[in-house]
Amino acid sequence: MSITRHRLFWPVVALLALLLASVLKSHTFLDIEVRDGHLFGGPIDVIRRTSVLLLVALGMTLVIATRGIDLSVGAVMAIAGAVALTQIASSPDPGSVATVAAAMGTALLICLVIGVWNGFLIAVVGIQPIIATLVLMTAGRGIAMLITGGQITTVTSAPYKSLASGYTLGLPNAALIAGFFFLVTALVTRRTALGVLIEAVGINPSASRLAGVRARTIIWTVYILCALFACIAGFIKSADTMAADANNAGLFIELDAILAVVIGGTSLAGGKFSLAGTLVGALVITTLTLAITILGIPANAVSLFKALVVIVVCLLQSPKVRNSSWGRRRPAVAPVPASVEVSA
Amino acid sequence: MATDQLTSRTVSDSSTTATRRRFRIDDRYIPVLGTVIVLIAMLAIGGHLYENFLTGRVMANVLINNGFLVVLAVGMTFVILTGGIDLSVGAVLALSTCVSAWMFTHGWSAAFTIPVAVLVGTLIGLAVGLMVHVFEIQPFIATLAAMFLARGLCYIVAPESIPIADPVIVSLSTTRWPVYGTFVLTPSGVISLAVVVIAFVTLHYTRFGRTVYAIGGSEQSARLMGLPVARTKVLVYVISGTCAGIGGLLFAVFSRSGYSLTGVGMELDAIAAVVIGGTLLTGGSGFVLGSVLGVVVLGLIQTIITFQGTLSSWWTKIFIGALLLVFVVLQRLLAIRRR
Repeated sequence: MSITRHRLFWPVVALLALLLASVLKSHTFLDIEVRDGHLFGGPIDVIRRTSVLLLVALGMTLVIATRGIDLSVGAVMAIAGAVALTQIASSPDPGSVATVAAAMGTALLICLVIGVWNGFLIAVVGIQPIIATLVLMTAGRGIAMLITGGQITTVTSAPYKSLASGYTLGLPNAALIAGFFFLVTALVTRRTALGVLIEAVGINPSASRLAGVRARTIIWTVYILCALFACIAGFIKSADTMAADANNAGLFIELDAILAVVIGGTSLAGGKFSLAGTLVGALVITTLTLAITILGIPANAVSLFKALVVIVVCLLQSPKVRNSSWGRRRPAVAPVPASVEVSA
Repeated sequence: MATDQLTSRTVSDSSTTATRRRFRIDDRYIPVLGTVIVLIAMLAIGGHLYENFLTGRVMANVLINNGFLVVLAVGMTFVILTGGIDLSVGAVLALSTCVSAWMFTHGWSAAFTIPVAVLVGTLIGLAVGLMVHVFEIQPFIATLAAMFLARGLCYIVAPESIPIADPVIVSLSTTRWPVYGTFVLTPSGVISLAVVVIAFVTLHYTRFGRTVYAIGGSEQSARLMGLPVARTKVLVYVISGTCAGIGGLLFAVFSRSGYSLTGVGMELDAIAAVVIGGTLLTGGSGFVLGSVLGVVVLGLIQTIITFQGTLSSWWTKIFIGALLLVFVVLQRLLAIRRR
């Protein structure tokens, strides 16, 4: 247990430091108040804004645990928003729950196909994950543009809008949706063998296959899950603005999601993954963005601070990562190259 | 794989007399050959459909509009050959452009500004290389951090678009050297071609170049062979950063302004060009000239869609994606066949 605590120590410190900085600047930042029966305040705002990133990062964690990566999530978000909003806009009754449900069903189905496609390229054809998903990252936005006809589709639909801005039991719907999927994923991976199987595939695909793990099915599953989570994130994102912006919806979210996963202590080399770490990582990134606005730093400089946080967290984690992976991935050979390098 | 390449090269050099060899193309050249076929097909289709397509002016424009991408793709080739990846090149290009624009508006001369703009890229490349090598941060994350860093610095250097009015840059951007008919070369084109030539010689005729291939083939074997893995791994990122710096300078000449949002997503174009050019993303196999062909293919896709007129711009992305897919699957089939 002490190792788990240690793994998340620095990310949590970073999160607390960001919150502290925000509170020092704006003293009411951490206050929560009840307004119109809903909860309002800084922390609520943070978790509401984290929901999209958390959903994407959740799928990304599972993919990264199998030693993969999914660059197409941003494009998938754009496609999900484009499909759902275009179908709602073209229906006779955009305000009815049935229309919204049908539109979301169509989008989920299309994203399922995308996930199957990514999984097929990686698990069956055997293409490297980074390049297999790069195909859809490039083409996906083009497809989303094709669906919206190059326009930014805007619709008015109360049930769809409530996905992002509605409240249930005083909490924002977006956060509840993300939280629900987070808990389900955590339960399914940690209370069944799925989590262990995913880690086994990530640590050594061929060994796990020889041990009887259906590596191909597992890999396929995680890419499908990743696409579906990205699809739901796409719903929330497009419901937030009620506009399907094929160019900008989910732009660069794949990078933020990968960052969240890495800050959370999951190695890009696959294997052990930490969903709690991903949650902390996503919170760090959202809080950072929010804190920068509160501190009065120009919003454009946010990427500079993101870079600093990434570099610091990665540097702090790097010796630990090396130690923990020492016996597993780099056996006795490890000391040899070190001495060769010195002499060379 | 490195030794494999060395032997196969000597074999193919000395086997001109062996007729059996002549009909068999080396596996390494098949992806590049695919690129050449696609290129010829595109030229043929374009020339067939549009009468003004196969003119010197159109071809010159493809080079002028993509000169900076050629330089980026060349740098990226080095990194990908070692099995790494560099996501920072687009942002570093923008930073170099912004820095040069900022320095020109603050009265620095071109003789001082140009080296500094290139050096900015070199320094970021060095930082990335050290992060990758010393701290064992994965290239993906290290260059991602560098991308955010460079992009953030862009906003600080140039919050708004800065026009460049320096006489040297202006003359570089307006000079045209007629070569043949309407085909012209620009100073930027000459610089990017020079970069290609230098990169080609470095990769194929120096010890460093062979070490790059060796690391991509198998890092462990390269280490055990006593090759300077550490130095080479840092150097490829330095090269990629420097190329991005040069690319930024070319972009400054091309756009005559420094703007913090230039080159967003350009790293993906560069990676796509390298892959379409036949370089394996796992490292160890590929050619600089292939990457150049890859850039030309990307440029031609854009040109054909412009000529077509009725196709919307997003078809460019779909075509590039489809082409990427074809080449990746082709590479995969080759890898299976080789086994």
